[in-house]
Amino acid sequence: MISSEQEAAESLAGTKAALASTDQIVLRGRGIVPGKIRGEALVSPETISGWGGIDPATGTIIERRHSLCGVSFADKVLVFPGAKGSSGWSGFFQSTRLLGTAPAAMVFTKMTTKAVLGAVVTRVPTVSELDQDPVQVIRTGDFVEVDADTGTVTILQRGNG
Amino acid sequence: MQLTDDDKAMRDGRDGSAVAAAMDLLIRYGEGLGAERLCSVRNVAGTSTQPTPAKNKIAAEGGWNKAYAVINLDCDEDIEIPKMRVPTCQLQHGFSADALNITPYSPHLVELQADAESFASDRGINILATCTPYQVGNLPVRGEHIAWMESSAVVYANSVIGAKSNCEGTASTGAAGLTGRIPYWGNHLDENRKGTHLIRSDVRIDSFMDWGLFGYFAGDVVQEERPVLTGNLGLPSLTDLKHLGAALATSGGVEIFHLPGVTPEAPTVTEAFEPAPLPDVVVYTEADRRAAYESLNNQGTSEDVDFILLGCPHASLEQIAQIAALLDGKRLSPNTELWVMTPRALRSVADRNGYSAVIERAGGRLLTDSCPAMSRVAPEGTKVFATDSAKQAHYLPAILGIEAWFGTTEDCINAALTGKWNGALR
Repeated sequence: MISSEQEAAESLAGTKAALASTDQIVLRGRGIVPGKIRGEALVSPETISGWGGIDPATGTIIERRHSLCGVSFADKVLVFPGAKGSSGWSGFFQSTRLLGTAPAAMVFTKMTTKAVLGAVVTRVPTVSELDQDPVQVIRTGDFVEVDADTGTVTILQRGNG
Repeated sequence: MQLTDDDKAMRDGRDGSAVAAAMDLLIRYGEGLGAERLCSVRNVAGTSTQPTPAKNKIAAEGGWNKAYAVINLDCDEDIEIPKMRVPTCQLQHGFSADALNITPYSPHLVELQADAESFASDRGINILATCTPYQVGNLPVRGEHIAWMESSAVVYANSVIGAKSNCEGTASTGAAGLTGRIPYWGNHLDENRKGTHLIRSDVRIDSFMDWGLFGYFAGDVVQEERPVLTGNLGLPSLTDLKHLGAALATSGGVEIFHLPGVTPEAPTVTEAFEPAPLPDVVVYTEADRRAAYESLNNQGTSEDVDFILLGCPHASLEQIAQIAALLDGKRLSPNTELWVMTPRALRSVADRNGYSAVIERAGGRLLTDSCPAMSRVAPEGTKVFATDSAKQAHYLPAILGIEAWFGTTEDCINAALTGKWNGALR
């Protein structure tokens, strides 16, 4: 005889499986900086400059030509195509950690020394080399899990945007 | 990542805790990159002396050893920084004492930087204080592995000199100086140095401004890839190549370009791509030239210019001589200030040759070590600035919240003399 508890557990597992198959999108890649965290995604359609591109004091994108100019990435899962511009990139992102405005995690498309060193010294879970382009698949406002220990990014819930 | 016995000994503390921290950072970084191993370098260009809000706080609490540990090695331990293991230089930083009473840069920051400079000098770091170390005695040889930061210097070293560097950062160069090691990845591997995009100019490129515009266009096209530039090109000078590289690394993240017949790794167009076949050609037209010019000039509306900035990347002697010739016997408008940025080593030659005196008699200033973007400072009250540098026109409006005009060196000097922007694409 199946207990109600077992039924409930099986039903919950079934729901989770359904969610996993229909709602959850999992991107698989490689962990760059270890760690696991859940948070809200901020997706930058364009590459990001460090020096001259962000203000570490406020964790805000300041490049005037950037579509996210004025938007803060502090505590967000920052999803972006790659790092561009000055080699000050890593130092500027390290400063966001030292000044308390760092993103919660990083997910990027294009591997470069700037982006990798930046992630290492920002010390937040980071994943790249994904099987799908995260900038195309993830949307701003999505609730995501970045698991750099397994190299996966999971969209747990779509945002309203 | 594979480590040699020497790498492991450094990691395990044979050479002290600072070297161990440096090796730890290089391992985290190399594994993040997916590098198979590290390689040896004997030429490092990095930065440890410029005061920043985060660094000043750390230095005030724990001194310069602590600041180097946190910022240059990403290490939280209290460690003593020893002498660098391999030749290392300081790139551009903040303004120094020679800018006091000329720029509104804080005398307190000048003092802090002087302290940091003594600390760095004691550890064997050469204070070249320029974004163009290749202009003042730091010329790697072709094929040599180096660890440089400063995007405009890295693209110059890779492309024009044929040395091999990734675009390193503050912490990786801080660690490379103490270990003589850097991840063997990216531009260090020959197969990653071949061209990816073929760009042909149908416009004649034979002036300082046009090399900058062509670079600004091509950088936007290729982003982080490797352009091979051909077409109706004149023979560029060091000054032109310096501007071209800086522009390529501004609108995009270019770290290597090839100019077949000019740069060392591309004797011909075919060899720039081999063994890959030639890709489809992207053509640079008069319309593209105009679009690049207009993009650099879309940050300004007021034609009343109050500040002119030349020398980004730091001016060559050729540029200083040209600026002096344009200013000779003339006087700046009472409404403008002119700053020309150059390495201090070249400033001493400019003094000796009389160029500095001509520029200063006209009311201009020849400054060293830094630039308005690095020091985040312009003459007080600046609202609109003009420059002949695509890089500075791109960055400074965001950094200082001012309007920008981009044009030829002559257009900029004209603005300095009249206080009005009369530049146009000719």
